[in-house]
Amino acid sequence: MLDAIKFYQTGSNTVGNRLLNPSMRAVQASSDRPNTLISGHRACQGCGEALGARYAIDAAMRATGGQLMIANATGCLEVFSTPYPESAWRLPWIHSLFGNAAAVGAGLAVAARVRAKKAGNANVPRVIAQGGDGGTTDIGFGPLSGMFERNDDVLYICYDNQAYMNTGVQRSSATPPAARTATTQLVGAEPGNDWGKGKNVPLIAMAHGIPYVATASVADLKDLEYKVEKAMSFHGARYIQILVPCPLGWGCASGSTVTVARLAMESGFYPIFEAEYGKITSVRKIRQKQPVLNFLKLQRRYAHLTGKKADPKVLARIQAMCDDNIKSFDLLGDEIPETVPVAVQALERSHQI
Amino acid sequence: MLKQIEGSLGIAEAVALCRPGAICAYPISPQTHIVENLGKMVKTGQLQDCEFLNVESEFSAMSVSIGASAGGVRAYTATASQGLLFMTEGIYNAAGLGLPIVMTVASRAIGAPINIWNDHSDSLSQRDSGWLQLFCESNQDALDTHIMAFKIAEEVGLPVMVCMDGFVLTHAFERLDLPSQEQVDQFLPAYEPREFLDPKEPISMGAMVGPEAFTELRILQQRKMLKAIPIIERVTKEYREITGHHSGGLLDCYNCENADVKLIIMGSTVGTAKDAVDELKAQGINAGVISLKAFRPFPYDEIRAAIGDTKNVVIVERSFSYGARGILHPEVSRAMRGKDTNIYTAVCGLGGRAILGTTIKGIVKHCLDGKFCDELTWFDVDSKVINSYLKDAEGITLPEGPLPESVLLDTLQKVRA
Amino acid sequence: MMNKSFAATLDPATSLANKTGSWRTLRPVNVFKLPPCNKQCPAGENIQQWLYYAAEGDYEHAWRILTEENPFPACMGRVCYHTCEGKCNRGFLDESVGINSVERFLGDYAIEHKLSFRKPVRETGKKILIVGSGPAGLSAAYHLRRYGHSVHIVEMAGKPGGMMRYGIPVYRLPRAILDDEIARLTDMGITIECNHPVQDIVAEKKNGKYDAVILGLGAALSTNVNIPSGDTTHILHALDVLSEISSDSDVQIGRKVAVYGGGNTAVDVARSLRRLGAEPIIVYRRNRDRMPANEEEMDGAIEEGIQVKWLSTIAEADDKKLKIEKMKLNDQGWPEPTGEFEELAADSVVLAIGQNVDLSVCEKVEGLQTEKDAVVVDHENMMTTVPGIFAAGDMVKGDRTVTAAIGMGKHAARGVNAYLKGSVYKRPEKHEDARFEDMHPWYYTDAPKTVRPQLELARRSSTFDEVQHGLTEENAIFEARRCLSCGNCMECDNCYGVCPDNAVVKLGPGKGYEFNYDYCKGCGVCAQECPCGHIKMVPEKI
Repeated sequence: MLDAIKFYQTGSNTVGNRLLNPSMRAVQASSDRPNTLISGHRACQGCGEALGARYAIDAAMRATGGQLMIANATGCLEVFSTPYPESAWRLPWIHSLFGNAAAVGAGLAVAARVRAKKAGNANVPRVIAQGGDGGTTDIGFGPLSGMFERNDDVLYICYDNQAYMNTGVQRSSATPPAARTATTQLVGAEPGNDWGKGKNVPLIAMAHGIPYVATASVADLKDLEYKVEKAMSFHGARYIQILVPCPLGWGCASGSTVTVARLAMESGFYPIFEAEYGKITSVRKIRQKQPVLNFLKLQRRYAHLTGKKADPKVLARIQAMCDDNIKSFDLLGDEIPETVPVAVQALERSHQI
Repeated sequence: MLKQIEGSLGIAEAVALCRPGAICAYPISPQTHIVENLGKMVKTGQLQDCEFLNVESEFSAMSVSIGASAGGVRAYTATASQGLLFMTEGIYNAAGLGLPIVMTVASRAIGAPINIWNDHSDSLSQRDSGWLQLFCESNQDALDTHIMAFKIAEEVGLPVMVCMDGFVLTHAFERLDLPSQEQVDQFLPAYEPREFLDPKEPISMGAMVGPEAFTELRILQQRKMLKAIPIIERVTKEYREITGHHSGGLLDCYNCENADVKLIIMGSTVGTAKDAVDELKAQGINAGVISLKAFRPFPYDEIRAAIGDTKNVVIVERSFSYGARGILHPEVSRAMRGKDTNIYTAVCGLGGRAILGTTIKGIVKHCLDGKFCDELTWFDVDSKVINSYLKDAEGITLPEGPLPESVLLDTLQKVRA
Repeated sequence: MMNKSFAATLDPATSLANKTGSWRTLRPVNVFKLPPCNKQCPAGENIQQWLYYAAEGDYEHAWRILTEENPFPACMGRVCYHTCEGKCNRGFLDESVGINSVERFLGDYAIEHKLSFRKPVRETGKKILIVGSGPAGLSAAYHLRRYGHSVHIVEMAGKPGGMMRYGIPVYRLPRAILDDEIARLTDMGITIECNHPVQDIVAEKKNGKYDAVILGLGAALSTNVNIPSGDTTHILHALDVLSEISSDSDVQIGRKVAVYGGGNTAVDVARSLRRLGAEPIIVYRRNRDRMPANEEEMDGAIEEGIQVKWLSTIAEADDKKLKIEKMKLNDQGWPEPTGEFEELAADSVVLAIGQNVDLSVCEKVEGLQTEKDAVVVDHENMMTTVPGIFAAGDMVKGDRTVTAAIGMGKHAARGVNAYLKGSVYKRPEKHEDARFEDMHPWYYTDAPKTVRPQLELARRSSTFDEVQHGLTEENAIFEARRCLSCGNCMECDNCYGVCPDNAVVKLGPGKGYEFNYDYCKGCGVCAQECPCGHIKMVPEKI
């Protein structure tokens, strides 16, 4: 009887929900979750990357029964997690260079396979390589593409905060148009990042024909955990790109990390989908569609689009970009009402913080 | 087992005998034949429990090796020249992480101008990378040194670069004596990594270290390097006892007793030089050859002992340092501090120009005739090439024959005047 | 252990040495806010909390939480006008939670499973007399008994229940339900003496050696208006009609009956008469907007075919017909005569324009101050101007609903309890309001209120069967789970999950969470993502 009733109080939107069968709750709801990235790390307040990394790696730990190793690119995640002499990791972890995490991961995977084979052990530890968007889409792109193309048995996770945050918020090829960074400042005739530049690495990853590619967000934990677990069910090269807001770099309140990420999804700014062997297999539908302005106005990196002097043409262009995402990724379900107040209330609430 | 084979195949066979777990390949001449052979061995099953990866760059070749080594298997790769430079970031990183990777550098000049032939400018550019750098005088030496390199690397806890002259050695067909698998297994036991990523015992490798401990960690790294000198000596002794081969070591002396002049040489030129001093000996000229095997760590005491009381020493180098002089010279000078040894550098054989017996004999005679006026002298220079440019550009011509650095300086003064 | 070849290699989880809590300028704290339903409930029920347990399927626990405040869930689940639902924050999302129907489900569950109240663990030896066994008196008796006092109720009618028995139609409250819930009280040791009208309160108190008295007299006198009428005209009083119907369903009253008034009693009378086969017509001087009757009840009446004569007063009543004067509303919304008249056929008129309390017995008590239709009490503790004599229910100023009476009875009991200990009861300070703006509605799934299955219209209007069926268990859980848990933790694990610093500690089922201030950096993500608004960021003292 109890299980037959849908959980309308919170449904499956919350992390846990005491009314749900524990097996249906997120890994993060478990009081004995792995906490692979433990307290004491030095990430900024409200760090989306710290959150995303724990979400993803904990899920992978569950999927692999703890048989997991990490190769980490240089960047915030590396710096804040392992400043000598303290490590916040609870699983085997290596940092080598900025641009080589994918290759180091490939090497680790080889070693794991060879050692297991030599020892006659069927249990081969799995490997995740991870880095920020700079380490992934820019400097590490060659090794990443090589890892894809060889179909090395590595899951690469890109924590996408849309700029080089560790070095002080410089533009990367994942920085969205019109966004302010230290190298695309809000000056001149076209303030912020240029239009028509940058690259979509998930689509490029798909073009390699690798077994699994997905995008995810810290604002949809269950989706994220599902994708990590699904990725771990494949062998070969896999890629997950997780949107992890950076309060410092984006200029949003430290408490708004998850909310901002949610608005990115719900406005169509950041399409959430998954693909197998180069073909999109599912898309996370927008639940409460809203204008991209709601996403933009929480962030000072878009201050020039939301203030009194805002250029409506640029805003319209970003909205058009979102609309195009919604159309080309088919992000709207059949029953999405046009105006839904709920997410907007959440937004307004975050303004009060 | 004796085989008449190409040097590269010999190296590949030697590496295979060491039971590596991961081999990374990226093509660049002149190392390519080594990894080609290894790839074949993995594919045929001759080399078991090993994976061969065709990576997309030398940067990844080194990075995969870092990963594999951190994952607890023997990792090997090979490169040269531009490739070595392309992986430089990883080279320093591997040393910093203390990973016992073994890598062949089939030494080759660095461009521009692009040049595929041998000199030592690539290997020596990695002088301060924190790797052990062992030079080989012959293919037999190179083959044996590779086997020893794994043991040295693992005992020291640092990676080892085995530097062998590109083409001159890699592409030369010679009679090589390969140790048996049993001998190698006896010498080099199954790999027991000191430290590797293991879910059973998690560690974090590659931490960020700030000013509070960086110096100290560097001192510890230097200490490892210093510890490597006795380790190289001991490992060489063990290897020689098992195989009977006379390879490796920190340095090797030839005809050095009562030599009036001693040449310090790294790499394949040693063979040429040995023949040349034999010929000189027949003419009554007593010249010795010190074959320097270990460039890093640098065996200061052993060099001092090898030179002894000999008054004249010429370092024959296949590279130099722009804006400075020879690369080995300061090291030898340091070794001879307090002694009134005359130390000269003869630079020759750049970009694959052959160092012939006449070159060596010329250098010896130049020295004994007291013609070394500067610290550095260029030998085997074709002044026509220089003059064809300088005459038009600056109205200057250089003389024929060995070119002391002071001649270059003089021309500059002329221009200024 | 590995022989670490390099000094920079770190052991796992060593970062725990770094107490990042020192970064914090804001500190998250758990706050317990007052949900709007709880705030609105005249009986002071902790609705959010009992819904919490109902949602888990732990009905007995839910019922026990509910009955901490109100001993009549089965009755209330039927007759309460559930103003709580009007304040429910879920109304901002889709529809209010059907609190009332879950309450009824729990009440019926308790009856079905024969749940009883626990007897007090110790007897205080104090004796309290309660005058009147209506909802106020019974509620007061229940709470006093829980304190361990011995309670005796005197009732002038033949059966206990007061207006619940003699004022509310059977189709709204089957008497078996009422009997069951009253029996649960007498099982606790409360004694009820019926057919015992009280003439002299002071004497009763003295003779019975009571330590205190609570007066719970109902508004049993119908308000009269003078309608010019002939001798043969049937002019009846609503309470008399309802009382008669509840004890004898064969009431002869005529076919066309005008029910004069716009309150709940008028609607109850009209709907009851409809079930007797009459054709009642409500005559009311204002319009629907101004009508005080409960909206749901009025909807039910209209659905059953009951007609209403809006903006009308009865000027004269004759045999078989009434003279109606049409009214209009002035700027303040009060009716004014228009001088226009019309006729309305009617066999009789039922006056349902208000009820009064018979305060004659109170007026005999020296020093007991009264005002218009009420005794004067200190609303903090419900004590009258005579020490030791308390009052609750219709005879005290306030809403004259069963629920309000139950709430007042509870407060009177608390007042008495304090009085018996020699102190004065003060109501505890209320938590701050749980506002919808403090919540994070993203996390709630959209779900419409389960519409209660209703009897077919025809069947409803011709019998006294209950109009509204209760929820099935499935529907009850569904409704309970629609609760947003405003301002209070529902253990959704959000705070625990979204903390980037793992600084929220999950204490286990029913225990909630606590913050690990050693590591909490004060980012505020937990507060932002808490669906219930249960976390507040407060500045650190630096």
